[in-house]
Amino acid sequence: MVRCDVVMANDVSGPVAFRALERMGVDRVFDPAKVVMVADHFMPAKDARSAALQKRLKEWSDAQGVTFYGQGRGGIEHTLLAEEGWIVPGTVVAGGDSHTCTYGALGAFGTGLGSTDIAACLALGAFWQRVPGTIQIDLEGTKRPFVTGKDVILAAIGELGVGGGTNTVLEFGGNGAAELSIDERLAVSNMAVEAGAETGLFPADETTARYLEGRVDAPWAAERTDPDAEVLRRLRIDLSSLPPLVALPHLPGNVVPVDEARGRKVDQVYIGNCANGTMTDLRQTAEILRGRSVHPDCRAIVVPATQRIYREALREGLLDAFVAAGAIVSTPTCGACFGGHMGVLGAGETAVTTTNRNFKGRMGSQEAGVHLANAYVAAAAAVAGEIVHPTEVLEGTPG
Amino acid sequence: MIEGRAVLIPGDDVDTDVMYPGAYLNIGDPEQMKQYLFEGYDPSLRKELEAGDAVIVVGENFGIGSSREHPPLAMKAWGVRFVLGKSFARIFHRNCINLGLPIVACREAAAAVSHGSRVGFDPDSGEVEVDGTRFRVEPVQPLVRELTEAGGLVPWVREREGVR
Repeated sequence: MVRCDVVMANDVSGPVAFRALERMGVDRVFDPAKVVMVADHFMPAKDARSAALQKRLKEWSDAQGVTFYGQGRGGIEHTLLAEEGWIVPGTVVAGGDSHTCTYGALGAFGTGLGSTDIAACLALGAFWQRVPGTIQIDLEGTKRPFVTGKDVILAAIGELGVGGGTNTVLEFGGNGAAELSIDERLAVSNMAVEAGAETGLFPADETTARYLEGRVDAPWAAERTDPDAEVLRRLRIDLSSLPPLVALPHLPGNVVPVDEARGRKVDQVYIGNCANGTMTDLRQTAEILRGRSVHPDCRAIVVPATQRIYREALREGLLDAFVAAGAIVSTPTCGACFGGHMGVLGAGETAVTTTNRNFKGRMGSQEAGVHLANAYVAAAAAVAGEIVHPTEVLEGTPG
Repeated sequence: MIEGRAVLIPGDDVDTDVMYPGAYLNIGDPEQMKQYLFEGYDPSLRKELEAGDAVIVVGENFGIGSSREHPPLAMKAWGVRFVLGKSFARIFHRNCINLGLPIVACREAAAAVSHGSRVGFDPDSGEVEVDGTRFRVEPVQPLVRELTEAGGLVPWVREREGVR
């Protein structure tokens, strides 16, 4: 069994875990200071059933004395937990959500678990785990314009396939890794599970230390992989030749350069989610949308990942630029990313999103198609009404 | 020996969104969940599960994506005997073990199954039987075996912890 330093669940996974915990005969969590609950999936409540789940999450949290982030107080769990200083390098985070692998960006072993696992974590502070193998991914060189962390991880998934990382941890290194900001690292690690991996680790470095300053009180030490550590596979991604990429429907591994997806008509653009709803993504979106308009045949939704990001974007005038362009700005929520609510797709519709999954039916109708891309590409698609390289929009006349 | 009738789920990389779409994640009762199992893949498969004797047989990397426990909970609610596949995604695999739904990875056995085959699994001998032909399964780790024998993670924790 592996000890966990933080146990997290949400309005979908939490209530299912609480029932399992009761059936385990356990009425108190192992350590209330290490448990955090976030209402984010059907938040704000989509219907009475969703409202009941959030009520249950809050009441349970209050009764157990654990931290609860509810409506208006938090945001999307993974961006939120990093932002709020829950994630410390070298620690273990068990999350009732598959994208808990996001915390690898800060050098923590964050991994997604089901609700029964989470119940055992709440009871024992531990989960069962086999030691995973390692896939080393060396990022070399400097990214070209309009290429982001999203493209780095799409390139890796394209290479590994959606099962290539099963029973492994992706470990990112090389000078290109050191150059990525924390927001970009979060985007990279977030999709490690899309290759089947348990987490996606970045070594904690100076960039990490700067990010953690003022967020994390606990002392931490940067863990580094031994140079002679055994790796199952080594991958090299040359950032200087990497173009913006798109994952075509219906698998995150269907990755092509944006030029190969060019001209596909787009009904909706969705910028947000636990992978790419950060200030970095919103600024990239604003670079494209400011002074331009969303194409009349296209809809655009921008979802800042947390309340803090929402306010910062508000202060920077980004939200005004989005609304002026004809996009709508949503409250932080998992929303339509998982097909829950707040802008799901209809039959025959096509979307470009900065989210992490494009499985059939993921964002609504079974007859809709989702393309995964970075915020530049998504915003450019909103303006053009079709998939284009972002430079095509920027070189056009602002309208 | 756990035995049943094979319900074949063709294809590889079948994800948990098609097995149980996100819109239904606010359902908590497995009896209601089971009405949406395979909703995004092939809802007619539910008819095949009605007799309560199904063994779900799948391809490579089955269960990718979300950590949602709704698919294995719904399978259990339909009385699925066990899941046999070529390989599984990590979280789906451990969810089945944790919920006490036996799950077996064996490429040769899964490849030998046709729709309606008689399929059996003997956890003690570690063998799978498909229409009378036996296949050896790679032994699982001791803890996984312990969890399976206990009937899942809930009884396993209950036995260790008791009521605190």
